[in-house]
Amino acid sequence: MAVLVVILTLLVLAAVLAVISAPIRAARARREAAGGAAPAGGDAEEALAARTLEDLEAAREAKYREIRDAELDYRTGKLSREDYGAIDAELRAEAIEILDRLERLKPTDA
Amino acid sequence: MAGLGFACLLLALGVCAYGVATSLYGVRSGRLEYVDSGRRSIYALAGVLTVAVLVLEIAFVGDDFAFNTVADTSSRTTPGLYKAAAIWSSQEGSLLVWAWLMSLWSSLALFLTRKHMRDVAAYATAVMLGFGAFFVFLMVAYANPFATTSPAPAEGVGLDPLLRFPAMMIHPPILYSGYTLCTIPLAFGIGALLARRLDADWIRAIRRFAFAAWLFLGAGVMLGALWSYSELGWGGYWGWDAVENAALLPWLTGTAFLHSLMIQEKRGMLKVWNVSLVLATGTLAVMGTFLVRSGILDSIHAFGGHTLGVPFVILIAALIAGSIYLVVSRRSLLRSEHRLDSLLSRESMFLANNIVLVGLCFVILWGTYFPLISEALTGKEASVGPPWFDRYTVPLALVLVALSGVGPVIAWRRATLANARRNFLAPLACALLTLLALLGAGVDGRPLALAMFCCAAFALGSVGQEFFRGARARRAMAGEPAPLALVALVRRNRRRYGGYIVHVGMAVLFVGVAASSSFEHVNELSLSPGQSARVGAYSVRYVRPTATVTPKYDAAHTGSTLSLGAVLDVTRDGRHVATLRPSEGFYSSGEAAQGSVGSLLGGQPVSHVAMDLTVARNVWTAIQPDIETPALKRIVTVGNRTLPPEDGIVAVAYLAREYLKHRPRAEFNLIVSPMVMWIWIGGLIVIGGALIAIWPAPARVRARVGAGARPRTVRGLARV
Repeated sequence: MAVLVVILTLLVLAAVLAVISAPIRAARARREAAGGAAPAGGDAEEALAARTLEDLEAAREAKYREIRDAELDYRTGKLSREDYGAIDAELRAEAIEILDRLERLKPTDA
Repeated sequence: MAGLGFACLLLALGVCAYGVATSLYGVRSGRLEYVDSGRRSIYALAGVLTVAVLVLEIAFVGDDFAFNTVADTSSRTTPGLYKAAAIWSSQEGSLLVWAWLMSLWSSLALFLTRKHMRDVAAYATAVMLGFGAFFVFLMVAYANPFATTSPAPAEGVGLDPLLRFPAMMIHPPILYSGYTLCTIPLAFGIGALLARRLDADWIRAIRRFAFAAWLFLGAGVMLGALWSYSELGWGGYWGWDAVENAALLPWLTGTAFLHSLMIQEKRGMLKVWNVSLVLATGTLAVMGTFLVRSGILDSIHAFGGHTLGVPFVILIAALIAGSIYLVVSRRSLLRSEHRLDSLLSRESMFLANNIVLVGLCFVILWGTYFPLISEALTGKEASVGPPWFDRYTVPLALVLVALSGVGPVIAWRRATLANARRNFLAPLACALLTLLALLGAGVDGRPLALAMFCCAAFALGSVGQEFFRGARARRAMAGEPAPLALVALVRRNRRRYGGYIVHVGMAVLFVGVAASSSFEHVNELSLSPGQSARVGAYSVRYVRPTATVTPKYDAAHTGSTLSLGAVLDVTRDGRHVATLRPSEGFYSSGEAAQGSVGSLLGGQPVSHVAMDLTVARNVWTAIQPDIETPALKRIVTVGNRTLPPEDGIVAVAYLAREYLKHRPRAEFNLIVSPMVMWIWIGGLIVIGGALIAIWPAPARVRARVGAGARPRTVRGLARV
């Protein structure tokens, strides 16, 4: 039984090491394939652009939801036509601003 | 195999330490492979703890009493399903289950966010692994679930009789899931603060997990209430017990957060408030776990034991201090992007709702921890009871239910006053009609209950109006028949209409609470066979006593050696309503010093209530038979003196026969409560609504919207 426990423990340990080291081994293999270039310290500008893109995409989704909610509020009688028109215009203007900022970040997209 | 289990704990500790270091190094250096390795550490932790749980489960199911945990909480005669669930009936086993569930939920959260917010997720990973390390450390240092005894005892003590109840089999894992899910928004909140990314993205990422935490905590609280009502012999479902309150506190702040996060999503407001709520909810979840395990406050739910108190206090202090520091130091990033457009807006209603919820939380927190505060200040422990809690929570609950009816009727940003006045007509009419109907039916004398009924009617009228108008609008736009329009409306607006259904459930639940607590009839008295008593409009006659003996070697033995009860005939206006059979089970104490017969009956007796439950009312009964009559005590004394342990059951059988022959008086607790079932129905509706709100849209709809939306929407937006 003690031998079985040791074997099982070693198996679990091996599985853990394989799982947690996989990304590091893969990165090392990629660097070696690329000719042993120095490890990338991280491109700060790229990371910042990726963060901004994620934030803007989240803001875009939230804005679309707001536009839909405003329309539903109008159609269920919570907003007058005039108020809905004003709010809808505001929201669409905010959405266009977000989309413009997204387009500037990804200039190759149509 | 205990060695494998303990080795897994040590391995888990190592994985946590590695993962924390790797995640922090990866995010600080920008090396994504180390961030990914840190994330995979959570997966590895989940895998290792799964192995540990399996080892312990196999020990329970296989009756391996070499494991102390198994010997203390299970036995050969414990039914199979209860054996499998017994893993979480002990301090040690429940700690393991807590850590395991946390690792599973954390793995899911990190898997779903693996392509987004790498920096925030890296810090969140470190926090989650920190929690994992804490709980694993508790097990390694203080409460080892794999501790063994050699030689192993031949039999275990058995499961606490109070836990032999179906709801108790799932109540702990559901409640622990709620607690552990609270740590995910907490971790991501800390991550967002550390990474200085406090815009819409992190809120969007944690919304579903915050909702899931709220759902599981709520379901756990409901199951606990059901257990209390159906198993404990006091006839109530909520006693403001410290551990019950501890689960309610993060649920309240979680409810506040689920509302106020919508304001941040839409308007970029309340950022400080929201991040504080997230941190508070996670901290309250840890405090709830601390209450159950530290023995610091008395509770029927607690594991007792003071050894875990100090580590928990240190963790809680670190969480509170760290949270305050992070929020204060990042306050410039948490400035609101907009201001409130109008007091007549849904944002304002949500803000009011938040204030009430946090107020409720504060009241309950104060009342729960008052014994500690009192002892610290005066040296004497004092406590507050249900009347104190009711005095402050009932008015706040009334306001909450009323607001749940106002919110759906008001638009975002700013509502048109004329429209708002028109929209309130139908809900107010519902409330007024309800009041008139109740007064007309002679239901008076309980102003707070009447107020709750009216507020609930207002809320139900408001939500009903929303569904009606929404389906009508959908029909006008899409030309669908009404049922299809209703389904399509809910499918396309899950968050909104799922939330409305939750409001309906809460209104129904509060109606059940108000009715059952304000209009119940209670009668506690002693009856002899043949005698009757009145309780409310019902008459209860004690027909005859019952007695059942189940020896340990009997396959039907589920723990109680002897069960004494009664057959009760319930009638109303001369018509038979129900036959009820309450009983009290007497259990083995395992203490040989009590004698061969005394030890079979000396364990804590457990009441098995009997009830007749309908939608309109519940007739609830419990019995306390008198086993201490001179004749019955003589049987036990003589049996102890003359019988060897293996024959003690003979005396118990004789005692049962004498009990039936002499038919002594018994104490009865009789309660008739209206509308108790509405509480459970309301809870189910809440769960259903929450599932609708949390359910993701079908993949093809998401893909269609994502692929085509941007160009179409730009053109569409530009048209205006």
